Amino acid sequence: MPEQTPDEAISAAGAGAPTDLALAEGDSLEKAPGGPDGTGPDTKPQSLWSDAWRDLRRNPVFIISALIILFLVVISIWPQLIASGDPLDCDLGKAQEGSQSGHPFGYDGQGCDVYTRVVYGARNSVTVGICSTIGVALIGSVLGALAGFFGGWWDAVLSRLTDIFFGIPVVLGGLVFLSVVTSSTVWPVIGFIVLLGWPQIARIARGSVITAKHNDYVQAARALGASNGRMMLRHIAPNAVAPVIVVATIALGTYISLEATLSFLGVGLKPPAVSWGIDISAASQYIRNAPHMLLWPAGALAVTVLAFIMLGDAVRDALDPKLR
Amino acid sequence: MLLEVRDLHVEFHTRDGVVKAVNGVNYSVAEGETLAVLGESGSGKSVTAQAVMGILDMPPGKIAGGEILFKDRDLLKMKKEERRKIRGQEMAMIFQDALSSLNPVLTVGEQLGEMYVVHRGMSRKDAKAKAVELMDRVRIPAARERVGNYPHQFSGGMRQRIMIAMALALEPSLIIADEPTTALDVTVQAQVMDLLAELQRELNMGLILITHDLGVVADVADKIAVMYAGRIVETSPVHDIYKAPAHPYTKGLLASIPRLDQKGQELYAIKGLPPNLLHIPPGCAFNPRCPMAQDVCRTDVPPLYDVAEHRQSACHFWKETLDAR
Amino acid sequence: MHADHSGRKEAREEGEAARTLLSKSRQGNAYAGGEPILEVRDLVKHYPLTQGILIKKQVGAVKAVDGVTFDLGAGETLGVVGESGCGKSTVARLLVHLEQPTAGSIRYKGEDITKLSGRALKAVRRNIQMVFQDPYTSLNPRMTVGDIIGEPYEIHPEVAPKGDRRRKVQDLLDVVGLNPEYINRYPHQFSGGQRQRIGIARGLALNPEIIVADEPVSALDVSVQAQVVNLLDRLQAEFNLSYVFIAHDLSIVRHISDRVGVMYLGRFVEIGTDAEIYDHPTHPYTQALLSAVPVPDPMAREYRERIILHGDVPSPANPPSGCRFRTRCWKAQERCELEVPLLAVPAAFRDTDSPARHPSACHFAEEKRVVPPEGTLEPVPGEGGQEEAADRAAERAEEAPPGAAPEAAPDTAPEAAPDTAPEVPPEGPAGGDEEPPSGSSRVS
Repeated sequence: MPEQTPDEAISAAGAGAPTDLALAEGDSLEKAPGGPDGTGPDTKPQSLWSDAWRDLRRNPVFIISALIILFLVVISIWPQLIASGDPLDCDLGKAQEGSQSGHPFGYDGQGCDVYTRVVYGARNSVTVGICSTIGVALIGSVLGALAGFFGGWWDAVLSRLTDIFFGIPVVLGGLVFLSVVTSSTVWPVIGFIVLLGWPQIARIARGSVITAKHNDYVQAARALGASNGRMMLRHIAPNAVAPVIVVATIALGTYISLEATLSFLGVGLKPPAVSWGIDISAASQYIRNAPHMLLWPAGALAVTVLAFIMLGDAVRDALDPKLR
Repeated sequence: MLLEVRDLHVEFHTRDGVVKAVNGVNYSVAEGETLAVLGESGSGKSVTAQAVMGILDMPPGKIAGGEILFKDRDLLKMKKEERRKIRGQEMAMIFQDALSSLNPVLTVGEQLGEMYVVHRGMSRKDAKAKAVELMDRVRIPAARERVGNYPHQFSGGMRQRIMIAMALALEPSLIIADEPTTALDVTVQAQVMDLLAELQRELNMGLILITHDLGVVADVADKIAVMYAGRIVETSPVHDIYKAPAHPYTKGLLASIPRLDQKGQELYAIKGLPPNLLHIPPGCAFNPRCPMAQDVCRTDVPPLYDVAEHRQSACHFWKETLDAR
Repeated sequence: MHADHSGRKEAREEGEAARTLLSKSRQGNAYAGGEPILEVRDLVKHYPLTQGILIKKQVGAVKAVDGVTFDLGAGETLGVVGESGCGKSTVARLLVHLEQPTAGSIRYKGEDITKLSGRALKAVRRNIQMVFQDPYTSLNPRMTVGDIIGEPYEIHPEVAPKGDRRRKVQDLLDVVGLNPEYINRYPHQFSGGQRQRIGIARGLALNPEIIVADEPVSALDVSVQAQVVNLLDRLQAEFNLSYVFIAHDLSIVRHISDRVGVMYLGRFVEIGTDAEIYDHPTHPYTQALLSAVPVPDPMAREYRERIILHGDVPSPANPPSGCRFRTRCWKAQERCELEVPLLAVPAAFRDTDSPARHPSACHFAEEKRVVPPEGTLEPVPGEGGQEEAADRAAERAEEAPPGAAPEAAPDTAPEAAPDTAPEVPPEGPAGGDEEPPSGSSRVS
């Protein structure tokens, strides 16, 4: 026989007894869709970031691209690890020779060792890529977020500004702006990329902030008396940052290839800096006779850009579906 | 019997395991009859309907067993082409959110007319005339002028009527309405349900009404099937179930809704939460929340016991539930 | 009696007496009595509609809230019902200062909070808090539950010293029925009902006196709604809270409210105690609304009167002149187009004792019982049911308003009524197709 008929339970509830609300909740906490099993207090708390990280870890595209990038970063910092020579130590007598023992990629038009130059070229490319992206992300996010959050005049001014910058063709602009620069370091190139690259991120950040702004939890914070700063930093930014991360990661790859393009055209990095773009430019006329001079730097460039774009793709997959 | 679902099992294979959304569901609808399928989130009521219509996402979904007999033919064994034809012409579905079910870049006339152009081979002009006729039938005022309007230019209730018109265009034998009025205001809800009932009578269609609203069910349904955790836990003609429910879940639901004509003390609340379909409790899925649960409930899955003519209940203690009124 | 202030003073006193009586009937409600804790007068919120790219010209306005007046007593629950577009959510946002009113005043304990800013506003915010509708978007998915509930203390550090905060948060979790050990979890690890409890806990953190609940249970499953409603009831008794409870579900509103206000197109059309509104409604819109609510009782369909409104709600950017409801009202006459009805006790009932004596904004207000009295709908088997149904129908025929003259010609064929109950003599137009667009039909 049942211990307590439903009606007894109902009248017990009706008499004001607290029923088993507290216990029931404690016992049968519904499991998170992607989380570990368990219904007790020992189930670990799980932020959305850790969920995304878990997804990322399992994605083979991420693993491959991450390894490649890690390798590139390491040899950027310590090229000596795999290249013992000096990229500027050239012997004209050996110009255009193919691969030989000790010089697996052969020699370029000036007699420099292609392998060493490829390895050292990685440093500039990776530096340009990472620094430009950081600059673009910072400036673009801040301006875009301000425009999205405050709206009104801020938004109008910023949107027209981004329109203007979007209208400037990148390569042509590079030819114009950078041709007056004589320095042969990476910084002018980075500066230029940041100058023309921030609008893209600003636009994304603006849209993302506008979406996040309308969420109830932001309104709730306002109703509690939160200041604008708190709302931006605590509530909106963490929830709006995902699209920015995705786009920035993919853009990284394109910045690297942009640097190579500008160097190819002669306005980016200039000798004695070592850059894949410079090497590709110099080797392009010899493609019939000595293709190795072109193929190795071009191949390295392609692999690097691909690695970053694949990384961006994997990050997008991990972040997108979760973070509405 | 127009539609008969027999022992249907539907699973979803997700990264975290197999979600058993539907676990052995049996129900049937005759011509001219209205079956209300009642349940809360996670009960499997929508998934069953989608399986009947054939619009489940097949990975990750999978029909793991059972038959769906429509006019005595098993839909699950049919070829895709055949099934698609039936889906368009003899079965129709009405969804909850009309705005996202209608194409925003096509006018209403075009969308309604499309049914005729595609399935009946009519010319665009004839199809448009038919569209106006349909809109009139679902009582959209000034149909002739509004046939060229876009979905967003209509109010929520009107859009739902357009959905109904689309569903009816080819005069199907069966309509499945998945929470058709949940998103609507109560006065509009009344209009739409009235319309649906009237059209059903006219065309002698079978209607499966999926809802969680016990009030709407009482107004419209002939019989009810209550679902919980992917199973049917009670079936009954509509009059009997309100007076004397035979399953503790139904009883709990009825007791926990506030009544328009009563102001009472604390509401009875079914304790606990609906189960996680990845880990359905053993035995009777309702046992953690049931005020009458005994040991046998935790080990033996209750079959559908026959309570009376046309009434069944999946509770070991249905008799006690019935008696303890 | 004194002619000049009899109306207002009496109304106030009666209102208070009624409130006291009702509050005492609610278990455990410590009613303070005396002045209302919140006085809203002529609240208006218009959203401007602009045209133009560089220089924006205002071409109109969406009149979301257009003159709302009500009082809220300490410890009482005022329910606000209405359909979508009536402005109730906007009223909620105005009360917690998420929007600035275009005109009107909101007095909290005598002080007009719409004029406040800065620190004074922040201090007042502590006393009026909000619970939001959607449990899935009202909590920041990247903050732990402890952070979410603890945030009020970070914003208002004077309420709780730093060391005390964690304990307070755990207490709050306990009070709303959640395990305090879940303080480090994230919202997506909880169900909808639990998230709503977290939202309630957050609302309680600063010990407010007033909580504005904007459809707090609409997004929840039926079985969970009861849990949350019970929780709100209990918290009100325990902490002596006043609620403004906004919803479109009339049954839940009745259950929890002491007084109820019905909104239509930005204004209150009727306001009174729950018994007055539900059992003795006088405004046609209220009557239509109540008749449309499905009651979980299959016998109801046999002898319940249904009022079906025709047409759509007019756009709030272009509300009808005079009485806003006239385009859908079966009683509308010329006066309704010309004169705006005031929200006041209708003249017909002013000197009576009837419960219909509550403010209603209709020139032709009359009482009409739409919701069957408690206990009527107990199903009666077999033939006995038919007789009872016949009796009730006859009663209603007598009660039916004699003075209402519908505009359209009466169409004698009522909609196909179910076999058992005899027809109430058709009074007004029925059916839909031949209707003029601005009518409504009554179906028995």
